[in-house]
Amino acid sequence: MDFRLTDDQRALQAGMRDLLAARFDRERLRATVRNPALDRALWRALGDAGFFALRLPESEGGVGLGLPEAVLLFEEAGRALLPGPLVATHLAAGSVPGAASGDTVVTARDGELIEWLTDADHILGEAPEPTPAPTPTPIRSIDPLTPLHRVRSRPTTTPCPGAALLTAAQQLGSAGRTLDMAVSHARTREQFGQPIGAFQAVKHLCAQLLVRTETARTAVYAAAVTEDPLDLATAKLLADEAAVNNARDCLQVHGGMGFTWEADVHLHLKRAWVRAQQWQTAAEAEEALATGLGQP
Amino acid sequence: MNLGYTAEEERFRQELRTWLAKTLPTLPPKPNPLDWPARRAYDLGWQRTLYDAGYGELHWGATPTQHLIFLEETERAGAPYVGANFVGLLHAGPTIAAEGTPEQRQRWLPPILRGEEVWCQGFSEPEAGSDLAALRTRAVRDGAGAGAGAGAGDYIVTGTKIWTSHAEVADWCELLVRTDPTVPKHRGITWLAMPMDAPGVTIRPLRTLAGSTEFAELLLDEVRIPVSHRIGEENDGWRVTMVTLSFERGTAFVGEVIACQRVLRELAETARRNGRWDDAVLRRRLGRLHAEFRALWRLTQWNVSEAEAAERGVPGVGGSVFKLRYSHARQDLYDTAAAVLGPESLDLSHAWTLDRLSSLSYTIAAGTSQIQQNIVAERILGLPKGR
Ligand SMILES: Cc1cc2nc3c(=O)[nH]c(=O)nc-3n(C[C@H](O)[C@H](O)[C@H](O)COP(=O)(O)OP(=O)(O)OC[C@H]3O[C@@H](n4cnc5c(N)ncnc54)[C@H](O)[C@@H]3O)c2cc1C
Repeated sequence: MDFRLTDDQRALQAGMRDLLAARFDRERLRATVRNPALDRALWRALGDAGFFALRLPESEGGVGLGLPEAVLLFEEAGRALLPGPLVATHLAAGSVPGAASGDTVVTARDGELIEWLTDADHILGEAPEPTPAPTPTPIRSIDPLTPLHRVRSRPTTTPCPGAALLTAAQQLGSAGRTLDMAVSHARTREQFGQPIGAFQAVKHLCAQLLVRTETARTAVYAAAVTEDPLDLATAKLLADEAAVNNARDCLQVHGGMGFTWEADVHLHLKRAWVRAQQWQTAAEAEEALATGLGQP
Repeated sequence: MNLGYTAEEERFRQELRTWLAKTLPTLPPKPNPLDWPARRAYDLGWQRTLYDAGYGELHWGATPTQHLIFLEETERAGAPYVGANFVGLLHAGPTIAAEGTPEQRQRWLPPILRGEEVWCQGFSEPEAGSDLAALRTRAVRDGAGAGAGAGAGDYIVTGTKIWTSHAEVADWCELLVRTDPTVPKHRGITWLAMPMDAPGVTIRPLRTLAGSTEFAELLLDEVRIPVSHRIGEENDGWRVTMVTLSFERGTAFVGEVIACQRVLRELAETARRNGRWDDAVLRRRLGRLHAEFRALWRLTQWNVSEAEAAERGVPGVGGSVFKLRYSHARQDLYDTAAAVLGPESLDLSHAWTLDRLSSLSYTIAAGTSQIQQNIVAERILGLPKGR
């Protein structure tokens, strides 16, 4: 047993981090918030880097890697707060033409919600025309970078374990990022003549940010290896919790500045709330895990 | 990322499993949890059984992964826990193995492994708990005058230790004393092995909130301890203590995670029987705890992987992350047990009621949660040391 990342996995992770630093840094994120639209060129760049085709076999033009590697890339996407229907397009690679290369943007109906409907070329699992049967109505999405439509009818999609895990991986990345933001702010912001990170009340908030991140990380990585349904539910539940509560505590550490539109913290919190509703909610995960206790 | 075990590790697991299945039915009945002399006998007997079968050394002679498999399999089979052997096997022993001389290792390790001697921990004092380095128990050298060798003579020790678990049934104590009061507090400390039957040692049992006398106050009045009983150098005891504490926090709770998962399954079964399973709030709470303990097990595997890669043999600060999350989860588990049991949870004869009471110590003993958070913030996150 060696749970740590392999050298290849580290290299993959670093490559994705570099790509996002070059193509979607914080400045780009703020610009996209001012003008929310899907960046097709970036989508294709992700395609070129193998983000969508990562798990397609090499014989089908894919990269031939597995869920653990996909989780690492989605974690980086979550760190950078990369917008777009990443999970659906990744799942569509190999079945929807153009998805693997990033030429086609694919979204999916997930319960009552569809993200990025207007920008998408295709809806996963539906007939190839742009809209499903009951007319989706746009809602004013809480997350400025996740446009949402709502379909008021019984959900047609069945739970998709891979989708829940890749969403959890993004939550993990976001949790790691808000941890870093909180810690670097605590080191530099001074009050009462010293960095606020020297105060225990702040220190303890930061320690809990780390504990949540590390717990979620091991759960997400383990689920990627075992693909066991109970491990997957564990990963989604704890990653949602880490992303949401880390963003809240990060906001607290930033004080008044944390409550402004200009700080990035609210973007992490709002995205975390959206993702917590996606693919497997806390209630669904908890019910699955409770049922799992009865199994021998 | 690989959660599989090697063929050799799997073979070890299978052998152990077979041995446990054969051996556990032959054990005597478990003693009353509040009867410490009976528990001492029982726990030493179990250690002897392990030793005779070649498993006695697993706590520090094996690789971290083998240790993990050992703790996993023994808990899964419902084998006895280390109990009274906790200090000896899980932190005094590993400390002596890492820091002792060959003679010291020969003197103290085999009796721990053979289940002959019980150790306790004399670190805390009434005026030095979280601020452990503030300890005041004094040790003065005697008989090492001109002509005597560096290791000759005795330390004469006077002071008070408190919260000493298993003191009443211990043979040896890992004792921290102040050997130089003139230097900054961390620099004047020394780590000694003290025989509990030495003249001048008085043990005053303290009753825990669970009604047990599992810890005690130690009054030390001019207790003579040979200089040869010192582990590490004189005044270098703080460094040795950090080794001890990292063992205490690093590996000591691993087996308990499996035990908690078993309790959780029993809780679900009980809830199904008594109808409380139909309460969705309670059911979901059980589901969330299931996630907690699965994740804690993964965190354990992560820490073991890191320890094995570091090849230092001493667990890292990851233990603090684990302990913070685990101590909270354990308390939550037994509070949930009370919700499942209802009025029955007020009956002290129910094992879960006693466990609920003792779970309260998890955020205090072996370093409080507040202190662990300071450690995580300062040593992992690099935040400034402060007030
Ligand atoms: C069941 C049990 C068994 C034990 N067994 C042993 C044993 O065998 N051997 C042994 O040596 N000791 C043992 N201990 C002692 C244990 O290590 C101490 O109780 C613990 O370190 C806390 O010290 P204290 O009790 O003096 O509390 P204090 O240090 O007085 O702390 C009181 C409160 O103040 C907080 N606090 C203190 N300092 C700080 C700070 N700097 N920042 C923030 N908060 C702070 C603490 O978190 C706590 O909430 C045991 C304790 C228990 C409960």
